[in-house]
Amino acid sequence: MDTGTKISAIAHVGLIGWALLGGTFRSEPLPMAVQEVSVVTAEQFAAMTAQRDAPQVPSPPVDLQQPEEPEVANAPEPTPEEQPEPEPIVASEPEPDPLPEPVEAPPEPEVIEQPPTLDQPEPEVAALPTPGPESLPNSADKVAPEPVAPPPPEAKPDDIETPAVSLDEGAETQQEQQDQTAPEEATDQIVTEAEETQELSPQTSPRPRTRPSRPQPRAEPVVAETPAAPEEPVQSDQQAIEDALADALGQDDAPSGPPLTSGEKDAMRLAVSKCWNVGSLSTDALQTVVVVGFSLTPDGKVVGGSLQLLDSSGGSSGAAKQAYEAARRAILRCGAKGYDLPADKYAQWQDIEITFNPERMRIK
Amino acid sequence: MMKLLTSLFIGLTLLSAPVIAQSGPLRLELDQGIIEPLPYAVPNFVPDSPTAAQYAQDISRVVAADLTGTGLFREISSDAFISQVTSFEAPLQFADWKAINAEALVTGAVNVSGKKLTVRFRVWDVFSGQELGSGLQFAGTTDGWRRMAHKVADQVYSRVTGEGGYFDSRVAFVSESGPKDQRLKRLAIMDYDGANVQYLTDSSAIVLAPRFSPTGEQLLYTSYESGSPRIYVLDVGRVKRRELETQDGTMSFSPRFSPDGRSIVYSLIQGGNTDLWKMDLASGQSVRLTNTPAIETAPSYSPDGSQIVFESDRSGTPQLYIMPAGGGEPTRISFGQGRYGTPVWSPRGDLIAFTKQNKGRFHIGVMRTDGSEERLLTSSFLDEGPTWSPNGRVIMFTRETQGASGRATLYSVDISGRNLRPVRTPDGGSDPSWGPLQN
Repeated sequence: MDTGTKISAIAHVGLIGWALLGGTFRSEPLPMAVQEVSVVTAEQFAAMTAQRDAPQVPSPPVDLQQPEEPEVANAPEPTPEEQPEPEPIVASEPEPDPLPEPVEAPPEPEVIEQPPTLDQPEPEVAALPTPGPESLPNSADKVAPEPVAPPPPEAKPDDIETPAVSLDEGAETQQEQQDQTAPEEATDQIVTEAEETQELSPQTSPRPRTRPSRPQPRAEPVVAETPAAPEEPVQSDQQAIEDALADALGQDDAPSGPPLTSGEKDAMRLAVSKCWNVGSLSTDALQTVVVVGFSLTPDGKVVGGSLQLLDSSGGSSGAAKQAYEAARRAILRCGAKGYDLPADKYAQWQDIEITFNPERMRIK
Repeated sequence: MMKLLTSLFIGLTLLSAPVIAQSGPLRLELDQGIIEPLPYAVPNFVPDSPTAAQYAQDISRVVAADLTGTGLFREISSDAFISQVTSFEAPLQFADWKAINAEALVTGAVNVSGKKLTVRFRVWDVFSGQELGSGLQFAGTTDGWRRMAHKVADQVYSRVTGEGGYFDSRVAFVSESGPKDQRLKRLAIMDYDGANVQYLTDSSAIVLAPRFSPTGEQLLYTSYESGSPRIYVLDVGRVKRRELETQDGTMSFSPRFSPDGRSIVYSLIQGGNTDLWKMDLASGQSVRLTNTPAIETAPSYSPDGSQIVFESDRSGTPQLYIMPAGGGEPTRISFGQGRYGTPVWSPRGDLIAFTKQNKGRFHIGVMRTDGSEERLLTSSFLDEGPTWSPNGRVIMFTRETQGASGRATLYSVDISGRNLRPVRTPDGGSDPSWGPLQN
């Protein structure tokens, strides 16, 4: 126990000490930054005073900028005390940025002396860079444009406002139309609300299938009712064995050429999906997966009367009918001019079965 | 031996599997289609006589307006027609309709003899050349030609979409006219599309919240004509009304019929507290369903009559709760941000529509009966008072605009959130109640 308390006491003391030390270490960079600024401001003051003496009348922009700098200067009031420090401290730092700048500073006042004769902007630009690399671009930009062309930027916002006014003026009727046709607003909101409720929807996403108490009982008997579904697998199993034996005995009987590539299958899938419009289907029909079989002629057209509903699941018989009719429309409409399939592989696509699964198309 | 045979079979089957796959039908699976209105054509119905010409044209136009108004169908203009339908019995030139991409085609004929009007029609799947359902005929009077058009449209709608229609139905609402501070309110009833507006009360007293009975023959509403809100029941056919007696010194409002039409559930303010009560219409006896210091209001039955969804602020803000129809412990179902109110159970039973107020905006939304999958369908300055179409696919509600000149208008929206559109009424309208399909 004693050793434990000792250890914990030592650990706590160590932690607190570490925290204090860490705090002190961290606090150093802050004064460093202040010092940098103070150095700059001191020189700036010198430069600015020089400017006040040198420039004649157009100096007002310079006066306007000054208030920004004095604010910085006010914060580090101890600047006079620290003034001697900056140089050694800066020297000790790995970052010698402030050092070269003060070095650059002296030539700048020289430049300031030159401009008073003609060009005022130049001395101003020269005086501002002294503070530091960060303030260089800002001060330069501010100083340079103001004397030269401040009006153009002000004029730009005016241009922007005028078109807005013109829209309002000419859009009195349009505004009414917008109010009336509110759909945009609604759709936007639905999007946002969907975003808001995203946390809810994924949690409960599996529920839609089981949600309506009525559809469920329907769905089960429906699956039982559809004779094609249960019979097929049984037949296919038997046939598979028979076919397997037959094929094993005489493989030459298979009429198959090279299989369709995945790209060719995708193209066919895409061709039908472009016409598979579920927009007018009931919510029940949108729960129903249907398998539709059909045959194609060598030129890719649907053989009349070959379309048939092979299987359905997930909805009532009525819903399956609607879903099948939508699938039938898709196959017929997009195949009206014949599907573009490789003719040399006709044996591969003479008979097609497509499963239409609207799961991703439901109302969300 | 058995093992040998079995392994032989399995081996043969495995060996020949790829061969089977190749020689069988090409199997593809689609999970991505398109969602857009179904293009259809309604050539003007064929008049059997010159007197039927105008009716034939009007009826086909109403059928088209009904279908297009759902947002699920897109009518192909008659300007694009390659061939015309001049005889109801003659075979159709499907190639001409395929060429203009009409997926469904509605043909019909109209016969008028005296006051009697007969409409025959067929619905065709153009690309398969097959008829959807079988030909049907409606007979009625010439005065009721709009209803017959709605009935035809209902048939087309249900044959293509697979769900029941809602066109041959009526909506009760509060007709509002005049400025906002002096608004005159009258109880009115109209076709679902805003036609045939009839006023059931004058504007002498404020009327609120009409609610259809399950058969559509009666209407419950709240009126201030006695000074405080009272519930009245009105016979729509004879425009006769009577007050439902509740306890003295109380105010009652927000009534709604039970699915069997034998009782109503309503809110009653007693001693400053609002609770839900149920009244047997035959005996006039009321039973208290809730007893809390909170405000319970806006009750609505589930279609099977076993449960009631209502609004309560017992949690501090108005939220939605479900309780057994005979009263009992309620279960809160709304947990999103904001305030929820005016819940209405879908006639299908799967969804609950509601009004939601959140961040200064009003929304009409739907959620499942367990509160999951909340989906907001609208957003505006003020949306409220949802009511379901008879097939549970569309919601009508009140939208009020901002300001002193603000006006209340009826709107409808598909439960998918698409097809938001105003319902045209002569004056402003609020508090809609969508009645059942008419017989």
